[in-house]
Amino acid sequence: MAQTLYDKVFDRHTVRRLPSGQYQLFMGLHLIHEVTSPQAFEMLRDRGLTVLHPERTFATVDHIIPTHSKARPLADPLAEQMLVALERNVTESGIRFFAPTGGEQGIVHVIGPEQGLTQPGMTICCGDSHTSTHGAFGAIAFGIGTSQVRDVLATQCLAMDKQKVRRIEVNGRLRAGVYAKDVILYVIGRLGVNGGVGYAYEYAGEVFDRFSMEERMTVCNMSIEGGARCGYVNPDRTAYDYLRGRPFAPPAEAWDRAVVYWESMRSDAGAEYADVVRVRGEDIEPMVTWGITPGQSTAVGGALPDPGAFPADERGVIEEAYQYMGFRPGQQLVGAKIDVAFIGSCTNGRLSDIEEVVRHVRGRGFKVAPHVKALVVPGSQSVQRDMATRGWDQILREAGFDVREAGCSMCLAMNPDKLEGRQLCASSSNRNFKGRQGSPTGRTLLMSPTMVAAAAIAGEVTDARTLFDIDTKGAAR
Amino acid sequence: MNEARRSEITGPAIPVRGNDIDTDRIIPARYLKCVVFEGLGGHVFADDRAQLRERGQTHPFDDPRFAAARILLVGKNFGCGSSREHAPQAIMRWGRGIHAIVGESFAEIFAGNCLALGIPCPTAGADDLSSMTAMIERQPATELRLDLESMTLSGGGRSIDLVMPPGPRSQLLAGTWDSTAELLAGREAIAATAARLPYVHDWRTVSRVDAGRVP
Repeated sequence: MAQTLYDKVFDRHTVRRLPSGQYQLFMGLHLIHEVTSPQAFEMLRDRGLTVLHPERTFATVDHIIPTHSKARPLADPLAEQMLVALERNVTESGIRFFAPTGGEQGIVHVIGPEQGLTQPGMTICCGDSHTSTHGAFGAIAFGIGTSQVRDVLATQCLAMDKQKVRRIEVNGRLRAGVYAKDVILYVIGRLGVNGGVGYAYEYAGEVFDRFSMEERMTVCNMSIEGGARCGYVNPDRTAYDYLRGRPFAPPAEAWDRAVVYWESMRSDAGAEYADVVRVRGEDIEPMVTWGITPGQSTAVGGALPDPGAFPADERGVIEEAYQYMGFRPGQQLVGAKIDVAFIGSCTNGRLSDIEEVVRHVRGRGFKVAPHVKALVVPGSQSVQRDMATRGWDQILREAGFDVREAGCSMCLAMNPDKLEGRQLCASSSNRNFKGRQGSPTGRTLLMSPTMVAAAAIAGEVTDARTLFDIDTKGAAR
Repeated sequence: MNEARRSEITGPAIPVRGNDIDTDRIIPARYLKCVVFEGLGGHVFADDRAQLRERGQTHPFDDPRFAAARILLVGKNFGCGSSREHAPQAIMRWGRGIHAIVGESFAEIFAGNCLALGIPCPTAGADDLSSMTAMIERQPATELRLDLESMTLSGGGRSIDLVMPPGPRSQLLAGTWDSTAELLAGREAIAATAARLPYVHDWRTVSRVDAGRVP
């Protein structure tokens, strides 16, 4: 019978059916960070348990790490305490830790792929909802809570229900100046922030076939913002080429066998889906969120929606969003003055994101507007090094961007990078929730890194295609 | 008698209206800077509560009429966003302790986290839930009874039907929601499954790099 990748990988990793009817699922890769793991290790100690497969768990520090200096002890004693707890836990359990001193530290969803740990046909989990990122490689990857981190540490397994699979096809071509970020914001806008609950999203179509791995990661990353705990793209040559030669990728002598396994996990032609959603790439414009959920977005030139146009039970959140953001129905976001610009995060903190920004900024005398604080935070120390090697950090600094060190930074502001008061931030991150960026009244506009850079320079929300003179006649990808 | 069995939860309720309430709102990230869950209860909905106070309004979690609540009533897609278990941990540790959450729908990771703590998250129809919520707002002292056997929420002269996925429901009823022991019981099967995975037994990507540490 024709099967989806989801079904094949799920079946392959099923240990047994539990008495509750759930499945015991083996986890091929477990990633941990400092925020959601310390309590799990404590629970193990309380129960006299040890880590069953320490070689299948990898650790990094990302959420609380400062981006101006990683000197120890960290200035924030609570952050230092969390890092110390992580160091103790990984040392006691024999878990590989990508420490800041080792040059391989970074956001957990950036370094997994970078190290070649993330591979097709795997099950991957982490105490972090953006674990869906790793689905870009054709893995079943999803976020878990701390009690489940405990389960994985102790048993390398989780008790899971099987999900339905929705196929989302984006065909045709994206217009110039339209990015992977716009694709996922468009999809979430169309299907809703809870439209994916109970589903795994399979992304497919010509646009995904042409996407690089980093673009696929951007889309899969935000699956959870659409309610889908995991999202994936079937693995192909693009994924294999990305993986080849990375530190944890299969060695040359096993490469062909690995590819055979990966290919065997691809969804079969004729596999059945719970439903199929089709999107025309040409219909997607650069997107900007205007509200307090990632589903509240508009094309950059669009007018903000009338609450009356929504079903009655959605109006409450729409009105709450208008009240919180201080916008009004019918207005355009273009021209909204911003205070802060943030380029980074597990959604858009990779080298190709920075490359695209540099491509538009360099050599044209652009400067960040005087009233804007603009941060560029690489997703990993590796991205940071690659930026420096290419001279991109210097180009960005000369344009007035504050280029920092690797971490989650202002995506969720658990480190010192925070909004203040009601500041408005153009952000390449993934969540525009109330208070998300560190100020309880701070406001976030989600958009692509290129749109953030344009907003930083203009000092207000602007159409990057105009500012950067992007030729919109030539179709991009 | 298995103390972990969850078949019936009784007590007063507390309503939080609104859809798409994310876990950043339930427990803002600054309170995640901790290595234990104790002490989170006081910070639940911290920013929402403060903002209502500034406007001269009262959040249900600050309203003394609901201080004894055991059951939380919510809207649609409750607990979306971040996977932080700190959210249900904070809810569970607030006041006398919330022991069950009934909503129109829940985000998946949040519901899973609640299950791991033995907190049932059954759903109810929008109209049923709305009338139950309105009744609680009028008569906060009403004792509700959540029955996972009959899948009903009753009290104040009314009863509404509840829905829950069969797996989690049976884990709560059987008292097996703390899954570690059950998962460990399948140890031989775990090893057998791992042995069938080529990336574990063939190219062993992990052990190649960390040679010497892996058996």
